[in-house]
Amino acid sequence: MSNRPVPHARLAAEFLKDEPHRHFHDERLWDMRQKRDEQMHIMPEWQELREQASRLKEHTLAHLPQYLEQFEENARCNGIHVHWARDGAEHNRIVEKILKDHGHSSIIKSKSMITDECEMREYLEPKGVSVTETDLGERIQQLDNELPSHVVVPAVQKLTTDVAKTFARYYNTDPNIDDPHALAEAQRNAARPVLLSGDTGMTGGNFLVAETGSFVVCTNEGNADLSANLPNLHIATLGIERLVPRMADLGVFIRLLSRSALGSPITQYTTHFRRPKKGGEMHVILVDNGRSERLGMDDFWTSLKCIRCGACMNTCPVYRRSGGQSYGSVYSGPIGAIIDPTFNARKFSTLPFASTMNGSCTNVCPVKIDIHEQLYKWRRVLAERHEIPFVKREIMKMAGRLLAQPTMYRLAISGTEVALKTMPRFVLYNYLNPWGKHRELPHPVKETFHSWYKKNRLNRTKTQREETQA
Amino acid sequence: MKIGLFIPCYIDAFYPQTGIATLELLEKLGQEAEYPMDQTCCGQPMANSGCNRDAKETEALFIRNFSKYDVIVSPSGSCVHHIRDNFDAIEQTDEVRHVRKNTYELVEFIHDVLKVREFPWAEFPHKVGLHNSCATLRSLRTASMSELGEPFFSKPKTLLSAVKGISFAAPRRPDECCGFGGTYSVTEEAVSARMGLDKVTDHHDAGAEYIVSADTSCMMHQQGCAERNGVPIRFIHIAEILNGARA
Repeated sequence: MSNRPVPHARLAAEFLKDEPHRHFHDERLWDMRQKRDEQMHIMPEWQELREQASRLKEHTLAHLPQYLEQFEENARCNGIHVHWARDGAEHNRIVEKILKDHGHSSIIKSKSMITDECEMREYLEPKGVSVTETDLGERIQQLDNELPSHVVVPAVQKLTTDVAKTFARYYNTDPNIDDPHALAEAQRNAARPVLLSGDTGMTGGNFLVAETGSFVVCTNEGNADLSANLPNLHIATLGIERLVPRMADLGVFIRLLSRSALGSPITQYTTHFRRPKKGGEMHVILVDNGRSERLGMDDFWTSLKCIRCGACMNTCPVYRRSGGQSYGSVYSGPIGAIIDPTFNARKFSTLPFASTMNGSCTNVCPVKIDIHEQLYKWRRVLAERHEIPFVKREIMKMAGRLLAQPTMYRLAISGTEVALKTMPRFVLYNYLNPWGKHRELPHPVKETFHSWYKKNRLNRTKTQREETQA
Repeated sequence: MKIGLFIPCYIDAFYPQTGIATLELLEKLGQEAEYPMDQTCCGQPMANSGCNRDAKETEALFIRNFSKYDVIVSPSGSCVHHIRDNFDAIEQTDEVRHVRKNTYELVEFIHDVLKVREFPWAEFPHKVGLHNSCATLRSLRTASMSELGEPFFSKPKTLLSAVKGISFAAPRRPDECCGFGGTYSVTEEAVSARMGLDKVTDHHDAGAEYIVSADTSCMMHQQGCAERNGVPIRFIHIAEILNGARA
């Protein structure tokens, strides 16, 4: 993995250049936000649910070892094989081993952010294992060899015309037919034989239930159920933070999840996996991959409450105009910007700055993660670790010194006035001046407030005072 | 009540009329406000960039300028948000706590502290689009937030509703950030400017002749975007309308 900071600003600028994509992306995600609002409005208990969900998650995270062990014990009693993976590499080796033990070599899998996080495909494919994504969006991203753009709608940055071209390359379909139904049909036709012949099914999972040793997968396409149930071997990968203590707690999250994500009351499929099917085998791999470490971070541990609904992405005005690819990570948008630096502070040092700090993300978060406040805190952490550009650091040092000295500051202000009046337009608006690239500068004024006040209040007050004294 | 007037740098340098209107309005409302001459900035640019340590001396200066006042009033929501919620580069002495606790954004000061609802001298016969900055909306909470579905309220709109002749446009995305974001406006200028253009277009399409706001920084950015793209819309600070500006 390259360690160079993700050039979010540049990638976003490129994304913005294409009008149809920009427009579609913004409107599509805004529509999801609107639908989420509609759901919220018809549920008077919405804020109460958020509060409950937040508390449940905080409680669970505070007692994580205990609940994880409870899950493990109950899952084993149910006949599920439970594995622990410290990191992505260990996860991938576990999958490889399970496949090897069965003599398997083809995985059909449903969408799972965490296997992307572990870079599982990249690990398994060179070893002769075929991995086929069965979620439509995730499949499109796989064919184009791109990371998911969004946690719920992974290919949302693409238009149907893009998909038609991609499918034409791999499925031999007509590149000019971009009718969504035809495209879905093409995917179905391509996926069915693979689904039927795949020897291993893999899924992610939305929730682990400690009390029952079961896990829950929420999807809309039904592909997870096919992936899990067609082969005799089912491997599910989940992060250790997916836990809820009791089955009764699940309702709180199920009610919030799809409403926050897509604005639909519930996902089409909410599947509870409790034990392997007859004659089958079921494995659950519990992945840490930095989560324990994050749990120990005072300022950032609550980001582990995330249920991956993507509501923060949908509402984020920056994300909507940047596209998920500009974040250079499996997790993009506001939630990505606060968890990605825990994986690699240098590479993702730009992401906490890819925000206006408007706070809309925090307001829509169904588990009440203070996302924008964590963005703010990350900026401090990154600046202190010198993970912000040198020039910016120097400018801030200079600004800090200048703004602490009223006399020098006054001189500089008069300099600005003079500059705005006298500098030729090409100097102010050249490509080095990022403000002027797409914006006009403020108009020059005759005098500052400071000098107006001096003339109209200070001097007047003085005269008045003298008059009174006289 | 001894009021210290905080006029942030960009208002001082580029929008003095906003500072003047703020002072005159407070005077019309029977208040005596003083502008400490050695003031510069609240430290937000450094703090927002993560360089909180570099804000320390600026914050100290701010305290030296303003600790003697009972309240501090500023026509800039984002600066007030910084002072109230994030001003922690310096040691939190009683003096600092006093300043942070008693700094008000102009609209909330008039609405909550002075509790004034009438501005008989004010008349603004135009259709306006009200821009709630993210700082006033989601930090100072001077209006209801669409994400929370709370009952509608808006302190700036309550005040503006007392102005003769004024009417309000209804943009499609009233709560959407305009993209200024302080240094964000230059570090991610393309996204920032796009957001600004979308914002002014939304207001213009809703029939607004003016965008009115309690945050000049947002409007400085929006004005730049509108002028560059030829969106015919004007900008005015809420202080100017409440103080009696006609256009």
